[in-house]
Amino acid sequence: MVLNEVIISKSKLLFLILLWSSFINSQTIDVCKTCNFKTIKKAIKFSSINDTIFIQKGTYKESDIEINKPLIIIGNDRPIIDGEYEGEIFNIKSDDVIIKGLRIVNVGKSYIKDYAAIRVIRAKNFNISDNIFDNLFFGIYIEKSSHGVINNNKIYGNSKEEYSSGNGIQLWYSNDILVSNNYVTGVRDGIYLEFSDNCKIISNTSHNNLRYGLHFMFSDNDIYEKNSFVDNGAGVAVMFSKQINMNDNLFKDNWGTASYGLLLKEINDSNITNNIFDKNTTAVNIEGSNRLIFKHNNFTNNGWAIKVRGACYTNNFTYNNFIFNSFDLSYNSSVNDNIFENNYWSSYNGYDLDNDGYGDVPYRPVKLFTYIVNTVPETVVLLRGLFVHIINFSEKVSPVFTPRKLLDQNPLMNIIR
Amino acid sequence: MKKMFKILKYCLSDLMRSHWILFYFLFYLLIGFGLLLINTSFSNTIITLLNIIIVLSPLISSVFGITYFYNSKNFTQLLLAQPIDRKKIFIAQYLGVSFSLSLSLILGLSIPFILFGILSSQNLYEFILLLGISSVLTFIFSCISFYIGILNNNKLRGFGLTVVVWLIMAVVYDGLIMILLMIFREYPLTNPSLIAMLLNPIDLARTVLIINLDLSALLGYTGASFKLFFGTFYGIIICTISLLIWLFIPLTLLIRRIENKDF
Repeated sequence: MVLNEVIISKSKLLFLILLWSSFINSQTIDVCKTCNFKTIKKAIKFSSINDTIFIQKGTYKESDIEINKPLIIIGNDRPIIDGEYEGEIFNIKSDDVIIKGLRIVNVGKSYIKDYAAIRVIRAKNFNISDNIFDNLFFGIYIEKSSHGVINNNKIYGNSKEEYSSGNGIQLWYSNDILVSNNYVTGVRDGIYLEFSDNCKIISNTSHNNLRYGLHFMFSDNDIYEKNSFVDNGAGVAVMFSKQINMNDNLFKDNWGTASYGLLLKEINDSNITNNIFDKNTTAVNIEGSNRLIFKHNNFTNNGWAIKVRGACYTNNFTYNNFIFNSFDLSYNSSVNDNIFENNYWSSYNGYDLDNDGYGDVPYRPVKLFTYIVNTVPETVVLLRGLFVHIINFSEKVSPVFTPRKLLDQNPLMNIIR
Repeated sequence: MKKMFKILKYCLSDLMRSHWILFYFLFYLLIGFGLLLINTSFSNTIITLLNIIIVLSPLISSVFGITYFYNSKNFTQLLLAQPIDRKKIFIAQYLGVSFSLSLSLILGLSIPFILFGILSSQNLYEFILLLGISSVLTFIFSCISFYIGILNNNKLRGFGLTVVVWLIMAVVYDGLIMILLMIFREYPLTNPSLIAMLLNPIDLARTVLIINLDLSALLGYTGASFKLFFGTFYGIIICTISLLIWLFIPLTLLIRRIENKDF
């Protein structure tokens, strides 16, 4: 009797262990042309929570694949998921979903809906990595989600017109997301954030996009590091945000009549350090922004290095290099509340008698011609004429029009390396 | 025609022996090498050169033109005593001066640029444009200086006038335009400023070069409309025509004056 009970309890235990292990060691499902599951949709339908689905090499013509439970989807030898321009391709509606190693092509275009290659809706802890996107409308669209990772994806758009194209990576009302090592080209906005806080955008490359390489609005406490934004239609535009850290980024070749390296509008309490601005029409355009710190940035070969528009107060520009820019600084008011200190200016020709590394004569970054161009833009046609050189020189000797207090008291004599 | 070439040939060989042309050549050679050694890219060097050439080549060619005109006065009078069409004498001299000046400019800059490999770079077109435009400026300004020389027998007056003309074209005109633009700032000014650039050869040369060096983005909206104008075939034709007019007006004045002048 006792023995019997022991056996029963043992078998109960065994059953429990089996149940538990089946729960933990979730099963794997293969999808291929010769497997049990020939389509991804069927595999997902059959799968249970936390299963791993391996998609083998091949082309799968599927769209509107809904993922509504925690799943791991991994592509072996980069299978192609072809949406045939039908609409969306992956639609993630559950937490803990991982998508890796796929090639997702041919997303549908629409003027009413934002079709995306992968859309994540109200999910947490997702991971979208090592995928390639081709022929897309929107690439990765994160909607009201959080704590996700978007890593090492390559997005190749072929956008022609702004109105008929989407964004590469878009975050909308999504917080605590890491976007890293992605490569985005040929879409409207490379990376776009709206109402997304505490995100990290690190080591991404965004170039040759129709509009902005990076674009964010109403997104606070975000970090942008080591990204490169090259040759985008209008550069990088960031608006209405605060506590932003932009470090070690590259803004290059954003050249055109309405292009900016970095356009800041209503950005407050942010740090912009160690960035490189090279060959942009306007490297930095600041409007209505306060308490920004610009430190250790390199401004080289730009048309305008810094354009300060209205309502910018207590911004701090220190230890930056300004090298061979057509205009170092353009300023449209006579009151100056911003600090320019200890920068290196290539057009500075003062001297340093006491050899302390700082010039003995203050430098005035605003030229008279800059002032004139600000008031009458058409006069810019006289750029590089002898007359312009002469009036700039005379203004430098005795400033009349340019803000008197706007000067770098201690300009550096040597480039900061 | 044969006689004219003979005079031109004499004129050229005379000029080539003169030290000034050699200096001019060496000056550009040095500047070319110097800038190429300092600057990293061709386009940067061309932009720097643009600043120098636009100011310098008109000045040098007008001063050199008038000097040559006055210095060879005796020889000219000797030639005038011969049965040669007087028009040909002056035209040959003028062509001699302009040719040798442009040649030393072109050679002086081409040698360093070719040695640094401009022929296989993307900036070849811009470089040729720079040389072409500065040669045209040389032709225009030496023509103006010849005309001033013909008008004035007084050397000092002639020199003074050439420098004043250069000063007006290079500096005063820009100042005037700037003031006018500032006065009329309430009005649409894109087209007037464009026309203003067409009316001065130095400004026109500079604008054409700036547009072609793709600095036009710097000019903002004005630049965009300029590019629309200068970048098209139509615009290029208009630029060429207005530069040719600048060459043609002093030349016809010069010829008319030659015909009537009592030496």
